Amino acid sequence: MIRFFNVTKEYARSGVALKDVSFRVAKGEFVFLTGPSGSGKSTLLKLIYLAELPTEGEVQVSGLNSRELRKGDIAKLRRKLGIVFQDFRLLEDRTAEANIAFALEVTGARRATIQPKVARLLAQVGLGSKGTSYPRELSGGEQQRVAIARALANDPFVLIADEPTGNLDERATRGVYQLLRDINGSGTAVVMATHNLELIRRAEYRTIELDRGRVVYDSADASMARREAR
Amino acid sequence: MTLALREMLIAFRRTPLLSTLSVTTIAFSLFAFGLFGLVALNIRTAIAEVEERVEIRAFVAESAPVEAVFAAMSDIEAFPEVARAVYVTPEEALAKAREELGEFEDVFEAGVLPGSIEVRLKPGSSDPTIVKAVAERIRSYEFIDDVRFGEEWVEKLYRVRTVASITGLALGAAFGAVAIIIIGATIRMAVLARGREIAIMRLVGATDGFIRLPFLLEGLAKGILGGLAALLLTWIARSIVDRYFIQTVFFDASLAVLGVCAGALIGLVGSAVSVGRHLRRV
Repeated sequence: MIRFFNVTKEYARSGVALKDVSFRVAKGEFVFLTGPSGSGKSTLLKLIYLAELPTEGEVQVSGLNSRELRKGDIAKLRRKLGIVFQDFRLLEDRTAEANIAFALEVTGARRATIQPKVARLLAQVGLGSKGTSYPRELSGGEQQRVAIARALANDPFVLIADEPTGNLDERATRGVYQLLRDINGSGTAVVMATHNLELIRRAEYRTIELDRGRVVYDSADASMARREAR
Repeated sequence: MTLALREMLIAFRRTPLLSTLSVTTIAFSLFAFGLFGLVALNIRTAIAEVEERVEIRAFVAESAPVEAVFAAMSDIEAFPEVARAVYVTPEEALAKAREELGEFEDVFEAGVLPGSIEVRLKPGSSDPTIVKAVAERIRSYEFIDDVRFGEEWVEKLYRVRTVASITGLALGAAFGAVAIIIIGATIRMAVLARGREIAIMRLVGATDGFIRLPFLLEGLAKGILGGLAALLLTWIARSIVDRYFIQTVFFDASLAVLGVCAGALIGLVGSAVSVGRHLRRV
């Protein structure tokens, strides 16, 4: 579903961000991406949703190859992905409903299908009564839930979350995290970059750790090594 | 399309100040261009009026048979450059001279002025070389004593027209370029102000075409509004000049529509360029 083959990403000004990174994410998997600031987590996520292209190596996402992209491929891919950020990235002058509907409208969804789907998504993220609120009227946790609902609008196969709890207090963090677990429970893969070691420790999900652009730990490899040692 | 229209209206509503500024800038840029156009149009009309007065006068010998003169006149009227040819008898010439120069009435005696053929040229035939060529052809008739057409005056008029045309073209191009640059910069500001929105649209899978459409509609709408405002301002300015200074002509309907269309086109192209550059960069 997501495959990285010896991916290196180098920026003209800041130098190497990722070096020789290879891994794969299977359907329905939950993967934590961790590591210190500047270790390359956000760059790796950007390569998944093709906001960046590898300098060397190859990225494959949902059958799309970073080496063989055609015009319009990236837009089509993004409709199959859900993306969530630390700063929510909501349109401030539109209500929660309108923000979610926007993601459906840009894909050309039929008008009659949009409203019921938006209501269902709002209910799914626990904001059934806040549809007409503007982002500024919502708490950080609620705004992130709207962003998650928007990310789910097009039934993505994977949800990419870049520090989704980074701006939230502990209670809101727990709520958003539980929501992501529920989403994963219903079959959507989740790749979540986080600094929050507490979350990682408590869960039994796969963890990939980056340091200075390299994968220094992948719990999937570690468990495989343990199995082989036995 | 409905969605793009709605997005356009949302953009207008969200940034009313910037939108008004864009329309005002377009309006004033086109107004300056329109004023210049109006001056150019009036100069051209004035020159055309003077050009219409260019005439060749061929004096007919006293002994010339009337039939030959009339035959020659039909020949001359058939010249492609000639609008009409009129025979002025010696009596008519005298009456006209008396009327125009009343104080010298005593000087004129019957028969003192020769008959002549007055030749008016078609519009666009006031080029000195054309006038001279027609004059020479007329001179070739045996019974023509002399041909006059104010050679020096025709040459001066032609020079004035050429200078006015070249200056008009250069100034028009300069005004046009300034208008396009200012309008382009204004639209660029509007695109930059919505950079965050464009980024979000891309994240949720909007195609470049989808993102571009509301901006193009916005540019088009601003261009049309600016063009109409410029037309109104130009009309007001012309009315003031017409009322208090000199009589002037205004653009005809097709030129007015052309002006508004130019505004629309500048808005459209400016938006396409600005949003295209922005999309390539992000």
